[in-house]
Amino acid sequence: MLKEKIVYKKPQSLREQQFSYCPGCGHSTVHKLIAEIVDELELRENIIGVSPVGCAVFGYNFWNFDVTEAAHGRTPVVATAIKRVLPDRVVFSYQGDGDLASIGLAEILHTANRGENITVIFINNTNYGMTGGQMAPTTLIDQVTTTSPAGRDIQNYGYPIRVAELLSPLEGVKYLERVKITNAASIIKAKKAIKKAFLYQIKKIGFSLVEVLTSCPANWHKDEKQSIKWIEEVVAGYYSIGKIKDVKEGGGEEDDD
Amino acid sequence: MNRIKEKKVKKKCFIKGNNAIVEAAIDAGCRFYVGYPITPQNEIPEYMSSRMAEMGGTFIQAESELISINMVFGAAAAGARAMTSSSSPGISLMQEGISYMAACELPGVIVNIVRGGPGLGNISPSQSDYFQATKPGHGDFHMIVLAPCNLQEMYDLTFEAFDYADKYRTPVMIFADGLLGQMMENIELNSDKISQYLNVEKTWAVTGARNRDGNKIHSLLMEPGALEAHNGHLQEKYNAIKADERRFELYNTDYNYEYLIVAFGSVARIAKGTINLAGKTKIGLFRPITLWPFPYEELKEAAANAKKVFVFEMNMGQMLEDVKLAIENSAKIEFYGRTGGGIPTSEELLNFIRRKE
Repeated sequence: MLKEKIVYKKPQSLREQQFSYCPGCGHSTVHKLIAEIVDELELRENIIGVSPVGCAVFGYNFWNFDVTEAAHGRTPVVATAIKRVLPDRVVFSYQGDGDLASIGLAEILHTANRGENITVIFINNTNYGMTGGQMAPTTLIDQVTTTSPAGRDIQNYGYPIRVAELLSPLEGVKYLERVKITNAASIIKAKKAIKKAFLYQIKKIGFSLVEVLTSCPANWHKDEKQSIKWIEEVVAGYYSIGKIKDVKEGGGEEDDD
Repeated sequence: MNRIKEKKVKKKCFIKGNNAIVEAAIDAGCRFYVGYPITPQNEIPEYMSSRMAEMGGTFIQAESELISINMVFGAAAAGARAMTSSSSPGISLMQEGISYMAACELPGVIVNIVRGGPGLGNISPSQSDYFQATKPGHGDFHMIVLAPCNLQEMYDLTFEAFDYADKYRTPVMIFADGLLGQMMENIELNSDKISQYLNVEKTWAVTGARNRDGNKIHSLLMEPGALEAHNGHLQEKYNAIKADERRFELYNTDYNYEYLIVAFGSVARIAKGTINLAGKTKIGLFRPITLWPFPYEELKEAAANAKKVFVFEMNMGQMLEDVKLAIENSAKIEFYGRTGGGIPTSEELLNFIRRKE
């Protein structure tokens, strides 16, 4: 007799709510990966998320677990306070590049340096998405945005910040990886990295951050395919994909995945 | 650190104003404090760092006042009683988080040991934060503001601030100054008293969605009409606070006084000296204890039969505006203020009254 087997379903940790993100935007994919991981690790009743100011502020409308908003850039410090009050819960901040690398740079540096046992999901789409595509600290050299119409100029704005590399020397930081979500294989790798970051928190290893290169077709003025191609050929050329720091690597402990 | 023991051995103690605030917070069940150094409130984070360690609470020295208030936001969101403290320039930075807390209806206590301004100003006592305390931040909201005038009140009002915060799910500010923060007095501790709203169930908090859908704490309301409806809800709450929580003190008003002094905090205490110097005749004092909600009706009544109303402040006339709202006949109001850290003496205030008689 033919037996049906469920091989794919909507994660329990997502609400019955259609994503409001633009077509081709990376947020919905990363939201879903987090929801899948929360289900797999049975964390739904034990996890608290902190949404940033930016497109992903609406995270609380999509995830069906406890989520609070934070003021712009203060996302990791709100997460810090929650974790200090409830140390047995899993706490993560979900931040864009304006939130984390610009207005919240002091916040992320000190949170990382204190070695807070939280997980940070950092969405790098090289611009301010929600406000209409302005230049971000992560905007590439010569990249055209609404506030850099002639392209990002290093004379005035310096070079794009590589956040993961910037945090890497801090002793409190235990795991850093940069991923992309341009095809099925890279999405599977991204999920693995995010899951590992949550597991590091659960095992009390310490601060972890996964930087995800995502596309923003609406503000990049590219279609979805062109956007993915641009990430592969240009964005990932500046922001190299892979593990930046892993304290467990070579430490003799086995990988959890 | 020998101060730590003083509470344990006796109910009464000789204590510094800033330390009295710490003891009140501990006694009210606050176990989360975050702060950043700024004079004249440094005793609060210093003493808190050891008291929280002793009580098994959380002490964090933040990287700025912006972080302090946003950590209070986070701790409150997780259901904790949380406090921060600072002084005027630091409070300016905290206005962001205070607005978010008001919007998200998160309780928390903010202690402001006010110093001279504007700018970096100086570290002398001042009341020049009356505007930013009673008219805080961006958006349509209010914050309860309690103004102690002695160290017993530094303790009592801080203890009560946590109840106000939890009862109304709102930020509450303690408004003092360097004079109150730095002086020492005998006070009576309330350590056995259980704070009324300490164990109130916070079903709205983000603590993990156990047997329920996820809670959402947010202030972004983009759907048409949603923000107006939410602000309407906040206003209903503010109206309830205005109706029930106005506090004030009357001093030397049990007879037909000719002059009424209106002053709060340290200045009210100095004004009591003025009244005593004048032989307790002719002059009464009205002292608002809640700067918000301001006791308009009670002041109007107290001022009705006075020939003149003297408003004394350590600023250039910030509460004066509320006094004028309360007393429509502003012709009989005389104002005297000191600014930039100047502290009036009782004699100075009496001389001013005599000049204007």
